Amino acid sequence: MSAGERARGLNRREFIVMGLGAAGSLVIGVPLESAADGPGAIGFFIEIHPDGTVVIGSNQPEIGQGVRTALPMVVAEELDVAWEKVSVRQMPLGIVKTSDGYAWKYGGQGVGGSTGVTSNWDYMREVGAIARGQLIRAAAARTGVAADRCTTRVGVVVCGDAEIPYGELAAEAAALPLPETAPALKGAADYRIIGTRRKTIDARDIVLGKAKYGIDTVEPDMRYAVIARAPVLNARVVSCDDSAARQVEGVLATVEISGPEVDQPYDMLASGIAVVATSTWAAMEGRARLRIEWSDSPNATDSTERFWADNERLLDTAGQVVLDDGDYDAAIAAADRVVTRRYRTQFLSHAPLEPQNCYAYVQGDRCHVIAPTQMPAGASRAAAAVTGLPRENIHIDMTRVGGGFGRRLTNDYVTEAVTISKATGWPIKLLWTRQDDLQHDFYRPAGLHEMRAGIDRDGKVTAWTQRLASASKYYRRPNMPDENLWQSELYADDFPRHIVENLRFEYFHNAIGLPRGSWRAPAHNANAFVVQSFMDELAHELGKDPLQFRLDMLGESRALPYEGHGGPEFNPGRLSRLLTFVAQRIDYGRSLPRGSGIGIAAHFTFGGYAAHAIEVTVRDGQLSIDRIVAAIDCGLAVHPNAVEAQLQGATIDGLSAALGLEITVRDGRVQQEDFKDYPLAQIGHFPARFETHILPWDDVPTGVGEMGLPSAAPALTNAIFAASGVRIRSLPIGDQLRAGA
Amino acid sequence: MITFTLNSVPVTFDGDPGTPLLWVIRDHLGLAGTKYGCGTGDCGACTVHVNGRARRSCMLPANAVAGRAVMTIEGLAADERRLHPVQQAWLELDVPQCGYCQAGQIMAAVDFLERFPRPTDADIDRHMTNLCRCGTYVRIRQAIHRAAELLADGAAS
Repeated sequence: MSAGERARGLNRREFIVMGLGAAGSLVIGVPLESAADGPGAIGFFIEIHPDGTVVIGSNQPEIGQGVRTALPMVVAEELDVAWEKVSVRQMPLGIVKTSDGYAWKYGGQGVGGSTGVTSNWDYMREVGAIARGQLIRAAAARTGVAADRCTTRVGVVVCGDAEIPYGELAAEAAALPLPETAPALKGAADYRIIGTRRKTIDARDIVLGKAKYGIDTVEPDMRYAVIARAPVLNARVVSCDDSAARQVEGVLATVEISGPEVDQPYDMLASGIAVVATSTWAAMEGRARLRIEWSDSPNATDSTERFWADNERLLDTAGQVVLDDGDYDAAIAAADRVVTRRYRTQFLSHAPLEPQNCYAYVQGDRCHVIAPTQMPAGASRAAAAVTGLPRENIHIDMTRVGGGFGRRLTNDYVTEAVTISKATGWPIKLLWTRQDDLQHDFYRPAGLHEMRAGIDRDGKVTAWTQRLASASKYYRRPNMPDENLWQSELYADDFPRHIVENLRFEYFHNAIGLPRGSWRAPAHNANAFVVQSFMDELAHELGKDPLQFRLDMLGESRALPYEGHGGPEFNPGRLSRLLTFVAQRIDYGRSLPRGSGIGIAAHFTFGGYAAHAIEVTVRDGQLSIDRIVAAIDCGLAVHPNAVEAQLQGATIDGLSAALGLEITVRDGRVQQEDFKDYPLAQIGHFPARFETHILPWDDVPTGVGEMGLPSAAPALTNAIFAASGVRIRSLPIGDQLRAGA
Repeated sequence: MITFTLNSVPVTFDGDPGTPLLWVIRDHLGLAGTKYGCGTGDCGACTVHVNGRARRSCMLPANAVAGRAVMTIEGLAADERRLHPVQQAWLELDVPQCGYCQAGQIMAAVDFLERFPRPTDADIDRHMTNLCRCGTYVRIRQAIHRAAELLADGAAS
């Protein structure tokens, strides 16, 4: 989704309309932005039924972050209805053609960067408040009591002595014109849904096995497809003998998939051959019998081993200085002590448990897509690019998504499915296997970071540099000049900007043919490990306590400018507060048995704040995580049950990756094939003593989904150092502790 | 032709007898609650019960269940108003995030609790090996303990 499209969320109240829906319901929504589309079309909506039940549309993809519960909670709050009366309906993608392109019909749709709640916060409250205002005016007209002397109480309008249920007023409310003025919104003190613990709206369907994911799509006459993709990066199909595949009962056809051009932006990840069959298994069996000749590839000798050696060499040269505050060289020269360390963060795969899949049916001048995606507008563009159809002829339905983590920001699998449907004329459900998913991904960029700090006689950090040699996420992005490749890897305003006066960031881009993309808390997920490990090392070098050293540097509550995503300010005092809190909870500083230790870390991610304190035991090279305390400050927690769940999940995600996950390449091929090679952590890796805390700050929500991840891994590795004296400077931890035992 | 029962209903499958049970259930018999996650028996998203024991259906050829009783997540609750105690506990603790692995987690937990009716955390650590990519493990652990209580209460009453 382009920045322009995101910014066009229709939170201007002139776009909110209403009308009479089926069975006398009041329907409030957003009309098409273009007048030519007529005022009666309904977008994002509330339906109030005569029986008092309320249906609230959810316009965002649900990837497990809880947005399908959180946003309807916000609407229901301002509407003033009982949460028990609310059900939620998933909206499809809504775009409309305008004179200058396409505009959102239901408000901006897409989830990434932990913005699902924050970008809809004002809009959803206003939608709920406008609906409530219409109901009040309808009741006023009916009773003759002035509207400003009427109020509401949980699904009922109260006008003097009269109490009229919303359901009775729906039709009358729908007939009234909208007021000219914006509605008043509730104050936080009056919230009775926002900020309260509510269950996941779909939990019952999930435990009954009824919730539908993309992979569960079944449509009339649907065929099943899998693709044999080039195992070597950027290799292409030269020829294919599919005669043996076609012998498999149920195999119907094969289709060549062109794949992306070398060095061009990725519309798909690989060249390949699709096998279409009457069942998933027949397609897989057919695929196993393809005989494909692959081309040579410019990346045929790529390896992560060489990538890491190149990074070491690059760091011995001069890179691109991308940030240069104060006089770094002078400050380093004048420093009493200089500490230098190198840290390594690995390539990671997203590995959502629901593998990529997509249903597509290209039928004449129309195209229908049903996809688990984080960016439905991207799915629409992908389908348009393949078919040449105008986007208004392409219908995108969103299912519940079996995990996102950034993988489904890109819609390469939509391009593939639409390509197969277009070639065959059949409705197609494409499925990736787990091996497909691990070996073809937009991987979390890997990098080698050199940190150096200059410290004066008083123990104050006066100079700081981060020099990063990495595979930029912005590789093969459209219109991306080389000098901007650093911007996805180093965020200039992160700690310790404006705290350490003499600050320099230096970047080295290392070409490797592995596709890269956004992986939960992009760049933060690497830089927090690096910075929070280095902070720990500096404290130990200086003989200071790691907590106190951090608190001294972070300082009191104050706003520092932050221009990146999550700005416009960063308040380091909010990290101090969280660190102090988690340290108290874990009884930091108490004497521990030999082999045990506590580590701490904190990080600011996209507007939200989190900290971890972790206690471990290391004995005979065996690591045991004994206790985890995690805390988040997300401003106002709109849906605290989900905030807690996200904090638990993000912590586990960060620790799972740190413990044992890494993608490696040899001879241009990704080497990991399944969960034996890419061992996601199991329940037994995590202690029963696992606490999560939400520390409220103000009345404005920040995002939540990514914030709990970055500080988890460094808290763990700092704990390992405290317990064992082994400093982990390279992720994953793997068998480094056994090697040191 | 392979015959077995699926959630107590007799069913037949006359395709390739080597087809994994997972795909027989999903593609041929039309029950989608059992999920595909890896196809190598590592993640457990496809866990079903065969003659009452948890099995990873992606690794089980159809002919291995001939004459047997297969139960999926759809067959666990007596009806939608009377959930199995494990499902009830999952709701009480609000376990799911994306929810994709949870059918498999629940089927694994039902079998686990039959073998370990009063489980310790160490029992859970050792025997609950299903993967959850969202990291719902904190609540899964709590829900298993809660389900053990509910099952014990049910057995006592």
